[in-house]
Amino acid sequence: MLNSLLRAIEKLGLSKNEIVMVSGIGCSSRISGYVDFHTLHTIHGRALAFATGVKLSRPELNLIVPMGDGDALAIGGNHFIHAARRNIDITAIVMNNRIYGMTGGQYSPLSGYGTLATTAPYTNIDQDFDVVELSIASGASFVARTTTYHVQQMADIIRKAILHKGFSVVEILSQCPTYFGRKNKAGNAVDMLESYKTNTTSIGSKAKKENPELIERGIFAQKEIPEYCNEYNKIIKKAMKGHS
Amino acid sequence: MGKPKLKEHIINREWCKGCGICVHFCPKNVLELDEEEKVFAHQKENCICCRLCEFRCPDLAIEVVCEEKTARGK
Ligand SMILES: Cc1ncc(C[n+]2csc(CCOP(=O)(O)OP(=O)(O)O)c2C)c(N)n1
Ligand code: SF4
Ligand code: SF4
Repeated sequence: MLNSLLRAIEKLGLSKNEIVMVSGIGCSSRISGYVDFHTLHTIHGRALAFATGVKLSRPELNLIVPMGDGDALAIGGNHFIHAARRNIDITAIVMNNRIYGMTGGQYSPLSGYGTLATTAPYTNIDQDFDVVELSIASGASFVARTTTYHVQQMADIIRKAILHKGFSVVEILSQCPTYFGRKNKAGNAVDMLESYKTNTTSIGSKAKKENPELIERGIFAQKEIPEYCNEYNKIIKKAMKGHS
Repeated sequence: MGKPKLKEHIINREWCKGCGICVHFCPKNVLELDEEEKVFAHQKENCICCRLCEFRCPDLAIEVVCEEKTARGK
């Protein structure tokens, strides 16, 4: 993910000073420690709240928020849906490994029915979210999904997500061989990437019609609707009329 | 424009964790893991400079350096 993100940023020609990466807590969130942008390593589930504050005070900067599925959609679920609803210009990247990696393999809202986790030794009975559908329903104006196998598509989607003016969600199916893989007999990192190759397909492909079980990849939503910082600015101007 | 030609694979042995992703998905079976579980290019001559190994490495441990051959063979 870091690899494709860096290539996307290189292609956009953004300078390090134009980027703020805000993350929470989790294996995925450690990514902010590996880059030389402006970075904020904040608290679990709250990265989007911190990012909202940064964006409102410095709207000219590009905000990128990498999150784990637990970070984004368990503890951070409320921040997630409301940031999407406001359509604030932030790029949210959900590295969906379907488990709490950092804390030892507890199930997450993305694990899905019938999976195994350290906290679901007799199989998980919770249904999972569909990150794409949830994001669209919450109002995100750019929503996409890809996998760590599809690295060219990933770099391309992340680039478009950063360019998009509004709340962008990129879900990236990501391997956690250590916990999800081992618990669910999904094999090692290579096997998990192989499964992304065989179990996914482009949106609306012929393969999807023949096998509805396949997970679709690509850009599901891309629309122009009023962006939050722009609207906020208009309100400030309205309120200041006659005061300066 | 000719095909790009391999100059070298730059491998950061400290960063390579031996996950084998680059090895498995190289279309030309150029790469292998050594006895220390670090990647090395054992069939350099077959490399087509697609750079997929570099793009897929989760730890940015491998870089493919290529030279563009021009039509005049320079
Ligand atoms: C407020 C709070 N609650 C719980 C934790 C413990 N905790 C740390 S990371 C984590 C979940 C990690 O899972 P995920 O966000 O999916 O990221 P991953 O490690 O899988 O990349 C939890 C519950 C915490 N650090 N802070
Ligand atoms: S993908 Fe990267 S970390 Fe994995 S074996 Fe290859 S060079 Fe090493
Ligand atoms: S550049 Fe392509 S052909 Fe060459 S080693 Fe990497 S994956 Fe294999």
